[in-house]
Amino acid sequence: MIEIKKVSKTYKSGNKALKDVSITIDDGEFVFIVGRSGSGKSTLLRLLLKETEPTSGRIVVNDMDLQKMPRRYVPKYRRKLGMVFQDFRLLKDKTVFENVAFAQRVIGESNRTIRESVPRMLKMVGLSSKYKVYPTQLSGGEQQRVAIARALINRPEVLLADEPTGNLDSFNTGEIMKLLEEINRQGTTVVVVTHSQEMVAAMKKRVITMDRGQVVSDMKAVAES
Amino acid sequence: MRISTFIYCLKQGLINIRRNLLHSFVSAATISACIFLFCLFFAIIGNVQHFATEAETTVGITVFFDEALSEAEILAIGEEIEARSEVAQLNYISAEEAWETFKTEYFGDMEELAEGFADDNPLAGSASFEIYLTDIRLQDEMVAYLQTLSGVRKVNYSNAAAAGLNSLNRIIGAVSAVIIGVLLAVAVFLISNTISVAAAFRRQENEIMKLIGATNYMIRAPFVVEGLLIGLAGAAIPLAAVYFLYRQAADYVTLHYVIMTGIFTPVPIQEMMPVMTAVALALGGGIGFFGSFFTIRKHLRV
Ligand SMILES: Nc1ncnc2c1ncn2[C@@H]1O[C@H](COP(=O)(O)OP(=O)(O)OP(=O)(O)O)[C@@H](O)[C@H]1O
Ligand SMILES: [Mg+2]
Repeated sequence: MIEIKKVSKTYKSGNKALKDVSITIDDGEFVFIVGRSGSGKSTLLRLLLKETEPTSGRIVVNDMDLQKMPRRYVPKYRRKLGMVFQDFRLLKDKTVFENVAFAQRVIGESNRTIRESVPRMLKMVGLSSKYKVYPTQLSGGEQQRVAIARALINRPEVLLADEPTGNLDSFNTGEIMKLLEEINRQGTTVVVVTHSQEMVAAMKKRVITMDRGQVVSDMKAVAES
Repeated sequence: MRISTFIYCLKQGLINIRRNLLHSFVSAATISACIFLFCLFFAIIGNVQHFATEAETTVGITVFFDEALSEAEILAIGEEIEARSEVAQLNYISAEEAWETFKTEYFGDMEELAEGFADDNPLAGSASFEIYLTDIRLQDEMVAYLQTLSGVRKVNYSNAAAAGLNSLNRIIGAVSAVIIGVLLAVAVFLISNTISVAAAFRRQENEIMKLIGATNYMIRAPFVVEGLLIGLAGAAIPLAAVYFLYRQAADYVTLHYVIMTGIFTPVPIQEMMPVMTAVALALGGGIGFFGSFFTIRKHLRV
């Protein structure tokens, strides 16, 4: 369970990115976060990843208070999460295969596991033929799919995806959404930041709308009949 | 740590070195210079010490007595001397023995030349004690004590050798410590610099690693591997050089200064190398390991 309690974030520049935000997300939920550019969506995900600290308020994930978490526990915590960064953050001097494998090397998986699971993951995001290619030789959408593959490879408990389909055509967007739904069905909590109204409308999931650092609406999932 | 993770870190360390070849080379060369000097001084000090130990066993104090003293009286004094803790060994040399030794040393095979003295020992009254000390540094004290004994006519000792060797070793030790210390500081600085450059290369990668859950341990490992390999390479080169140089030098000394070999033999290389290798590798590996470990820790604070 993710509990964000009265969280505010003011960047050093004085920018108030989040103001008194409270959100609760249950295990296994699928949540969209929408809102205008600069409304604080990425900031929220960054706080959940503990990439940055809130100015005030509390964030509790699976009963762990992020602010009280000992520093040496942070890597362990982050391994429970999968993050798709808005700017992908791929390694330019590593191939597609190595970029995805990287997430497994980091947690000390064996070479055998890596050789098995990375091709499977690349197939799922439709990049099997490009495994030897470097990120700079990929289109924006392809890079995005590498980032998704890397976030999913370790079967995280929680997937945080910052505009995972921002550079994709509607066909690939549909494919990625099916993938996220599948992951969610298997028990992973999925939080997706997006600008795509049609995707949000099609999926009929919970939608949290943000504006200027505040939650302005929180619409529960429409029950499928 | 898994084998595959270990190999991965090793590989990344090698990639660091390859990407940063010039820096790595300069660091390794400095460590080499440092360790080369260390080995050199180690060899010199080792040999001087070897010489000093040999000297300690060959250079002793000889005490002669007034001719009026009887053998029994001399032996009584001997017991008194032997009771002192700094005495390692005490030999009584009677006048007859002294003459025997003298004869063979000076007349050699032509013993008949000495026969003229046969019944009239020219060294009569030169009974003596040879005293060997546990530590040559105690010689001054011992000599002073011996001279206070009544009946002692003369105390022979070689002051220069004892004091000289000691102070020589001290000077060599001090000079080498200073030079090695300076080089050590330079080597640590250069290693640290090399690792900083490598860390800058991998900045983005390290940040991403951190965000996807890599432990600090794993992020630092490639850099520590890099430092360690540079350090060990820096130790291996001078060790090989010193091995061949020393062998040549020892052979040369033994061949060309045969006269000296009676009093001085170089420490055999098989005795020299194991300790020197261990210390040099520890030194090189230590510089590399700690230099890189503390640098990378500073760079990658979470
Ligand atoms: N590192 C930073 N330092 C200072 N200000 C920042 C930083 N990151 C974001 N901001 C500011 O915080 C506010 C919220 O940014 P955030 O990236 O969370 O928006 P967003 O909702 O993700 O927008 P977008 O849809 O364009 O990605 C913005 O006004 C932005 O300028
Ligand atoms: Mg954003």
